[in-house]
Amino acid sequence: MSTTFTINGREVKVAGNPMERLLDLLRGPLGLPGTKEGCGEGECGACTVLLDGVPVLSCLVPLVQCAGRSVETVEAITADGKAKEMLDRLVAAGGVQCGACTPGFVVSAWALLQENPTPDRAEVRRALAGNLCRCTGYEGILNALCGERPG
Amino acid sequence: MFQTAAPMTKSGIGDSPPRPDGAAKVSGAARYADDISLPGMWFGATLRSPHPHARIRSLRWHSERAPEGVVQVTAADLPGPNGVQLLDDSWPILADGVVRHVAEPVALVAAPTRIAAQEALAAFEVEYEPLPAILSIEEALSLPPLYELAMESGQPGDLDAAFARADRVIEGEVRTGLQEHIYIECQGMIAWMEEGTLHALGSMQCPYYVHKALTHAFDLADERVRVRASVVGGGFGGKEDFPSALSIHAALLARACGKPVKMIYDRHEDIIGTSKRHPAIVRHRSGVDRDGHLLALDIEILMDGGAYTTLSPVVLSRALLHSFGPYRCGAVRVRGKVVRTHTTPNSAFRGFGAPQVELAIERQMDRIGRALGLDPYEIRDRNVVEAGDRLPTGQVLDASTSARACLEEVERRTGFRARWRAIEAARAALPEGQDGAPRPGIGLALYFHGAGFTGNGERRMKSPVTARLLEDGRIEIATAMTDMGQGCAIVFPQMAAAAAGVGLEDLAFAEPDTGDVPDSGPTVASRTTMIVGGVIVRAVTEIRDRVRAAARPQECFRETARRLRAERPVEVTLHHEPPEWQTFDESTYRGAAYPTYAWGADVAEVEVDPDTLAVRPVRVTAVCEIGRAIHPVLCAGQIQGGTLQAVGWALLEEIKMKDGHYLNDRMATYIIPTIEDSPRIDVHLLESGWEGGPFGAKGVGELPMDGGAPAILQAIENATGIVPTAVPATPERLLEWSRLEGGRS
Repeated sequence: MSTTFTINGREVKVAGNPMERLLDLLRGPLGLPGTKEGCGEGECGACTVLLDGVPVLSCLVPLVQCAGRSVETVEAITADGKAKEMLDRLVAAGGVQCGACTPGFVVSAWALLQENPTPDRAEVRRALAGNLCRCTGYEGILNALCGERPG
Repeated sequence: MFQTAAPMTKSGIGDSPPRPDGAAKVSGAARYADDISLPGMWFGATLRSPHPHARIRSLRWHSERAPEGVVQVTAADLPGPNGVQLLDDSWPILADGVVRHVAEPVALVAAPTRIAAQEALAAFEVEYEPLPAILSIEEALSLPPLYELAMESGQPGDLDAAFARADRVIEGEVRTGLQEHIYIECQGMIAWMEEGTLHALGSMQCPYYVHKALTHAFDLADERVRVRASVVGGGFGGKEDFPSALSIHAALLARACGKPVKMIYDRHEDIIGTSKRHPAIVRHRSGVDRDGHLLALDIEILMDGGAYTTLSPVVLSRALLHSFGPYRCGAVRVRGKVVRTHTTPNSAFRGFGAPQVELAIERQMDRIGRALGLDPYEIRDRNVVEAGDRLPTGQVLDASTSARACLEEVERRTGFRARWRAIEAARAALPEGQDGAPRPGIGLALYFHGAGFTGNGERRMKSPVTARLLEDGRIEIATAMTDMGQGCAIVFPQMAAAAAGVGLEDLAFAEPDTGDVPDSGPTVASRTTMIVGGVIVRAVTEIRDRVRAAARPQECFRETARRLRAERPVEVTLHHEPPEWQTFDESTYRGAAYPTYAWGADVAEVEVDPDTLAVRPVRVTAVCEIGRAIHPVLCAGQIQGGTLQAVGWALLEEIKMKDGHYLNDRMATYIIPTIEDSPRIDVHLLESGWEGGPFGAKGVGELPMDGGAPAILQAIENATGIVPTAVPATPERLLEWSRLEGGRS
């Protein structure tokens, strides 16, 4: 059995177990390790990707669920400069420390900003509630996405 | 004397340039241990004990049940001593004959794929004979402890005399539980042999700890082991000692199969198999005069060390030295024990013994204040230490001592006293549980943290740092410090650039690689900026002077440097030299245990649901005096992140145990704060400038972990009248305390 879908704009046809985790396909055969595994059970959000533009946890998505759909990872979101302003702000405001959670935050935040380019703190909190960060206390992330001054 | 937040300066100190690893981290290009793949690499897996304490009657490998070619390693196959070399080597690499905690490694396998390695574990057959297990501090007290320490100020008899003078004697106890680090990147290591050299590459705070453990376990000369840190996805102390064990495991398997072997823990394995913050019971007996001045403090600290020693002796030492808090007291006695239980060994976690004891002294100050009718500000104001005061060790506090400044600044910013009193009065006037509206509460905590290694640690470590010219004329700084998120990869170049009078573009930061950098010590103990940074500044200054001396007219620094380097290598290696006055007697606990201290005061605001007793942390205002902020954004980031870990510890985080097994052993059940649970954290930096630190800087990383929890607990008490005596202060515990005699203030 094989599953066909689009990853970062490229069509892929995957043979094998349709219940394989999307996360493992990305990190392994597709060579896209920007998507991280933090818990493997849908709690931490480090493996967040977009499925038809909606943030999902790729550790909980079996390949069969992707059939005919479009997956976008952190590599694609950050590839062509379209997210540069947001990324620069994340770094400048102290929204990045160890970076292990960061790709997941970037994906969730990007999805939020597509819908709502000027979110307030409450809106950011709601949109990022599924992404855990252990370093920043979230303040740097909130400041970056709400356009507030750092510190 | 104090100013808030440094202005931008030409030197770059106090500026917040973007971190050099930022772009790779936001784009997903940064390569962590699990993102690295080597040709022909295999994967390792670990067979673990299902019992807290058992004799291994037999351990058999059924090769016919395993995929072909798979290799296995047990204690019988070790090439050297069965011990992970840390303070000593009593922590077994693999259990030999006896297991002493659930999840203790018993055997290892390696296979060409991760799944095959996991499946191959089923080829082991182990017969265990369960033995009685000691699972709590109380049960362990009748047995010899892992470690014991005591200190007493003044002369024998002083304490009794001080208690005899006291108008009131007040007693209290605080309990804390197991806190898990939850670095987002789990433990990971790759090991391989190459041309007779053993290589390890992975997630770690201390490359030379790993190096020492590998040379010890494999009986190899120093130059035949090379250790490199990959990008580190968070540490918080959890990657101080454990990577030493994991590197040996991966190396044993690499040796057995002749291929590179990668070992990556999944989250469940990481939680059950690696260290936590020590659970503690801290008891205070305090003698005070009628005005609330501390006359006598008698403190007992009990910590659960788990099955093996790890770093517990130094955790206990730091606990003793922070147990009396930032307060003046005539006579102090502290006695501490780390007990041995049949649980996963506990070890380093941000704060390193200080958070438990500072929570206890802060709760005790609140208790004393209540007993004497003094508000939390007043009781602290009457006892706070100032420059020139002596700590119970005899250390005279230096001019940068800022506890009072922090206290006054946090009061000025929050109006704590008036708000605390208003809430107390409103609570007294409001009959219980009538309106159902969330109850506001506000709490204050004062705290301090000794920066750098305890006692003579820095004198022993010496911390060599190398500065050298690269062929392109840049200055490279070579240290063993890893950037696990805290930002030394930008803070070091900032300090070096300022010292050399050059730009950041003229600096390079060498990757932590034992084949290339000197052993400037572990990335721990809030020592990186203050201690190692100080040596960097001296070494780079010497390079600058050599370059300047050789400069020709009209030549810029970089040109001179390039020309010099083309002639010959230019390299300076200097060591950390503690000031002569900083001596500490480890047998009597007299002297300067730390060269200086960072100071902080937190005000926490909460809302408590009167029906469910659920606590919502609303805001924490943290005022911290850290000497000088080299990079204010990263500095604030340390305080914000550490504060949230403290809030998590105060309200949510605890591993529960049953029969020696962790009950909440995954992220679905071990809960850390999400962005929606988190309070607003306002950080205000005070910079007194400490003359012993580079550009005045002190250590900052651990400080915030000491303050958040006591402030939250006092705020809950202010909101509800219930007296919290443990963390986490869950609704269940609050209900229980509310029913205790004396459980309400």
